[in-house]
Amino acid sequence: MIRTSLAVLVIDENRIRASIIEAGLREAGHQRVTVIHDVSGIARRIAEIEPDVIVIDLENPNRDMLENMFQLSRAVKRPIAMFVDRSDQASIEAAVDAGVSAYVVDGLRQERVKPILDMAVSRFNAFSRMARELDEARSELESRKVIDRAKGILMKSRGLSEEAAYMLLRKTAMNQNRKISDIAQSLVTAAGLLGPGDE
Amino acid sequence: MGAEHQITAGFMPLFDSAVLVAAGELGFAAREGIDLALHRETSWANIRDRIAIGHFDLAHMLGPMPLACNLGLTPLASETIVPFSLGLGGNCVTISNAVWAGMAAHGAVPDLDPARAGAALGAFIRERAAAGREALRFAVVHPHSGHNYELRYWLAACGIDPERQIEIVIVPPPFMADALATGRIDGYCVGEPWNSAAVAAGTGHIVTVKALLWRNSPEKVIGARKAWAEQNPEALAALLRALHHSARWCQDPANRAELAALMAQPGFLGQEAAVQMPILTGHLQLGGGAQRAVEDFFVPFDKAANFPWKSHALWFYTQMVRWGHVAHTPENLAIARDCYRPDLYRSALKPLGVALPGANAKVEGALKVATPVGSAGASLVLGPDGFFNGQIFDPDEIDAYVDSQKTTLGEA
Repeated sequence: MIRTSLAVLVIDENRIRASIIEAGLREAGHQRVTVIHDVSGIARRIAEIEPDVIVIDLENPNRDMLENMFQLSRAVKRPIAMFVDRSDQASIEAAVDAGVSAYVVDGLRQERVKPILDMAVSRFNAFSRMARELDEARSELESRKVIDRAKGILMKSRGLSEEAAYMLLRKTAMNQNRKISDIAQSLVTAAGLLGPGDE
Repeated sequence: MGAEHQITAGFMPLFDSAVLVAAGELGFAAREGIDLALHRETSWANIRDRIAIGHFDLAHMLGPMPLACNLGLTPLASETIVPFSLGLGGNCVTISNAVWAGMAAHGAVPDLDPARAGAALGAFIRERAAAGREALRFAVVHPHSGHNYELRYWLAACGIDPERQIEIVIVPPPFMADALATGRIDGYCVGEPWNSAAVAAGTGHIVTVKALLWRNSPEKVIGARKAWAEQNPEALAALLRALHHSARWCQDPANRAELAALMAQPGFLGQEAAVQMPILTGHLQLGGGAQRAVEDFFVPFDKAANFPWKSHALWFYTQMVRWGHVAHTPENLAIARDCYRPDLYRSALKPLGVALPGANAKVEGALKVATPVGSAGASLVLGPDGFFNGQIFDPDEIDAYVDSQKTTLGEA
């Protein structure tokens, strides 16, 4: 039996994440993938695309609008149901935890849709991990900059070597049970307040 | 911290989540031994999903939403009960400047009177239809919302068929004013601050308010997953007491500034405190320089505002039937009757010795003026609770009410 490929619509305001999902779907052999970032005029787009599966991020405030549209047969040609509604509890939780949901055309067999949702869930999770790592890298860089400035202040004002300045920061942090970057930030702030205003 | 109960609750960034937010942020929950974790959500669908899979124990919900869940009208629904109401009123109907001009040409004046505004809107709609112009498009926040049902009630009572003479679409509250300004919609019914926002931007006029369509009428509620409520009766009772104290605090005019500042925080509404004041004072700018003070515009505590009246749930049910959202059957009626739980409210608050209504339901529209009712020794004032068109809703006469509404719509 020949199966026509499923038409998948991805609704995600985050362009980077949407393109990651799209790439994943194409790698999995789905050629009819459409990505929408902005939901204005979406009823018309859905009528044109006639998607079998709609993947949407849970941050999107337009879910209520979409669900209402799916329930009005006038707006969409084919009735659309929420996928997770007839799925197993584990899939539902995995999807909500990842921050994604899916809607499917009524009557579409679950085993045809599940791989799509699973893929979306794993890509959403990968994206969150990536975003978290990027955040961490950014704050790591920030901390390093502020520690360098604090070391400079100590070296200048107390005539310490770079290593001794760092040791002093570390010891203070340990004694106060705080992060080195926090101690460094306090020192930089204090130096800014106490120091000559023109520097 | 050593709190006795851990409760996780969801809310939408709307002012009427204030009683729940203040309970968590101002120590009312902590004083009852509750560690209340609040999570802001972006859609009612998310709230429903997270209640269903157990991320949230309970949430700030639209009054009809738990009914819709229990009646099987939504995907992924879990059985939800309502042990507490988060207040009465708070919504407005706002229209574009163009529609206001059209209504004004048919006798509308900025006095918020629902009958006069409705008559003018009807005349304007018929004039547009005769000229072959497309139907006006109104927005509400959710199909199963007080907004949708009160907008439809108002229009139908003014001879406008909301199914055929206008279009009703769904728009998330924070996008309403923008959608109106750009002409994608012609009007909307939403809670504050999203009406005053359009007036402040000069792109909208408030034409009437929920507090005049149906005096002291239900809006948001606490919806709790029934399974959770049954397994954690003490946590629920403690929370209801915390919400009671929070609601009393929210009602006190002396706390308005502090409450507005709390809700203005980025984690809650993220809108400046000044925008929160109209809902608290009932003093509304209507657009074009007109203003009006509305009595009982939003009532978070007084008038037994937190009591989950079964008659409120049943009125929502009759509107679901009226607009074809659900079939009127004895089974569905029984589901609607069991959803709101005044028994839980009563048993939780009994130790406080506060005034409690004697009945679980009341005839809506029977009280024309504020009326003291005797109950449990303490004094309690109810109402007025009238509909603007003088209709009465008797929860013991559901069949007759449902039938009378069929006729009203047919004539429209």
